[in-house]
Amino acid sequence: MVRKTVLVVAALFVLVASTGVVNAQSARDYISIVGSSTVYPFATVVAEQFGKTTRYKTPKIESTGSGGGFKLFCAGVGVEHPDITNASRRIKQSEFETCQKNGVTEIVEVKIGYDGIVLANSKKAKPIKITRKDIFLALAKNVPDPKGGERVVPNPYRTWKDVNASLPDVKIEVLGPPPTSGTRDAFVELVMEEAAKSYPWIKAMDKKAFQAVAHTIREDGAYIEAGENDNLIVQKLEANPKAFGIFGFSFLDQNGDKIQGSFVDGVQPTFEAIASGEYPVSRPLFFYVKKVHIGVIPGMEGYLNEFTSEKTWGPDGYLADKGLIPMPDAERMKYRADVNKLRVLTALK
Amino acid sequence: MNNGDSKAHKVERRTIDVVHQGLAKRYRAERRFRLYGLSAIIIGLLCLAILFISIVGNGYKAFQQTYVELEVFFDPAFLDQENLSTADYGGLVKSTLQTMFPEVKGRSDKRELYKLISPGAAFQLRAMVLKDPDIIGKSISLWVPADDDVDMLLKGHFKTDVGESSGRLTDKQLAWIEQLQEQGRIKKKFNKVFFTAGDSREPELAGIWGAAVGSFYTLLVTLLLSFPIGVAAAIYLEEFAQKNRWTDLIEVNINNLAAVPSIVFGLLGLAVFLNFFGFPRSAPLVGGLVLTLMTLPTIIIASRAALQSVPPSIREGALGVGASKMQMVAHHVLPLALPGMLTGTIIGMARALGETAPLLMIGMVAFIVDIPRGITDPATVLPVQIYLWADSPERAFVEKTSAAIMILLAFLLLMNGAAIILRKKFEKRW
Repeated sequence: MVRKTVLVVAALFVLVASTGVVNAQSARDYISIVGSSTVYPFATVVAEQFGKTTRYKTPKIESTGSGGGFKLFCAGVGVEHPDITNASRRIKQSEFETCQKNGVTEIVEVKIGYDGIVLANSKKAKPIKITRKDIFLALAKNVPDPKGGERVVPNPYRTWKDVNASLPDVKIEVLGPPPTSGTRDAFVELVMEEAAKSYPWIKAMDKKAFQAVAHTIREDGAYIEAGENDNLIVQKLEANPKAFGIFGFSFLDQNGDKIQGSFVDGVQPTFEAIASGEYPVSRPLFFYVKKVHIGVIPGMEGYLNEFTSEKTWGPDGYLADKGLIPMPDAERMKYRADVNKLRVLTALK
Repeated sequence: MNNGDSKAHKVERRTIDVVHQGLAKRYRAERRFRLYGLSAIIIGLLCLAILFISIVGNGYKAFQQTYVELEVFFDPAFLDQENLSTADYGGLVKSTLQTMFPEVKGRSDKRELYKLISPGAAFQLRAMVLKDPDIIGKSISLWVPADDDVDMLLKGHFKTDVGESSGRLTDKQLAWIEQLQEQGRIKKKFNKVFFTAGDSREPELAGIWGAAVGSFYTLLVTLLLSFPIGVAAAIYLEEFAQKNRWTDLIEVNINNLAAVPSIVFGLLGLAVFLNFFGFPRSAPLVGGLVLTLMTLPTIIIASRAALQSVPPSIREGALGVGASKMQMVAHHVLPLALPGMLTGTIIGMARALGETAPLLMIGMVAFIVDIPRGITDPATVLPVQIYLWADSPERAFVEKTSAAIMILLAFLLLMNGAAIILRKKFEKRW
């Protein structure tokens, strides 16, 4: 009896499994999207809107991180590979080459807008005015010797006042993203690197030594890796008014009654300041499309059209409500035209 | 005791005196020991209570949702008879709001007014018109979901005293909400959407039904595979296999597998089921297979323990009246061991229900709106839904997260409760 049951179940399993394989290979009737967790909150809104207003199924979106997204996207052409990948940075040369090697030769690049990275603290404390150099000095593992001289020493600063006399006399305590995060990459590039470059002798270092100085964040407890969950950082900031947090603008936008953004180089992170490019710490967001999948996977054209229409990504569009900073008019027109013509990315400039 | 006349004064000290002397100390030691145990339990219960209080405190409001009553005139001007499914229902909602607030002029003011109502209102009207096109031209009063910011305000999650620039709602919007409240056109109702809808990026439209169905399909696959395989393996190892080095090796391996971190099974699933067999990503089928691998060792170990607890006399009795070994197992040992096996299986299933790490690798951590309709449709599961909501920027997802945790805990309690009832009802003691 037992053996019979086992046999029946095994047979059932094989049957079910084989139908699954057949299904997977013959067709996929929904768009599969992977990539950045920063673009995820925006792409999901578009996908939902698209799914609810058209006859197509709602696209499936996985939050894999920009790097993970490119890895899956560039693995090959065919229904088992994703159609679109979101990225909070531009595709890298190495990733582009991997794509080419695996037959993903025709990629359409679409920039969707900008995202600001903010340094924020609780409303219970005062907002601070800080420069990128101050942030670098407060957070780098090795900093230029405060006594002078062209050498780096392990970071000696304990309080913000040590870094810059105009800042409050509070222990340096910053909650931020871990190294796996795209936000961290962008923060390092836009703040740490820029500040390091302002020292001519650091800028003159060879690439490896420069990266060692500019990319390494201190590990003595002043910078706390808070995981990928930005909501958690917001909650911790509210509980501890002395701490600061680093995260994307959309979280500041949603929690304006609890936290406030610090002035960076004299500019406060507001929607308008980031859109105009005045606020220095902002980065472009992208998605990449496999051209050969258009026409094969149902709804691809519709999704692209939905994403690039004014009611979506324009200054009054619904993505702006979710915290995406729209591109200037001319840039939007250009990318819209590129999408309509499906202009393929030939080489990285 | 009486070791010589020279120590005569010590002869008087009898054993009982020694015992009495140390008695108070021993009692104290025992009281302390009991106190340690008790305090350990109290600390545990306290932590549990804090966890429950914070989850329930955060989440109970999510079972209610703010709705706004609109007087909708299904204007034929908006609803083209030819193309009802693609008509401008958003425009219909906007024109309704304009007739309700005729004093609102100017583009930016109007935009602020429209933001009070959820985008879901347009979908609701669309569904109504598609279901019954005869309502075109009629005026109907109906309740539509309010935007999540309005909902959060009415539930008291927003500080309104922080000034216009930083709050999510402007002073004008606050005044309109007050006006609606005075007219009795805004109120909280039971949040049916939460139990019937799939995921959404609008908190007021997001529900857990999609994730619950995904969990159901995933666990179904897991149960169908892991129970028969686990029981068959246990029966073979316990009743038929000879004791030798090979079976010892297998036993050690099974015990080891039970302790392997679950993410490892996810990696295995990615390599074997997705890359080698080419199964679809994000499907409950693959999720179920991976969780099967994870729960199998637990089930085998529990099933073997259940078989071992069946006394040898049952087996000898059966063999003694001429049953074959297979009859002995199938007719006598298995029915007696089954309650224990089921308990082990349910506990393994409960663990599988709460698992996210292995599913991360096979693409089940994804934004999925449509309710899955089979084991190859893209799906997500309850704990993944909790993780995704916890990571969403909108404030209203905080209470949704806690509410989803409550649902998950309820399912776990149900499953563990079932395990206890099964054990109590069918267990035999010898």
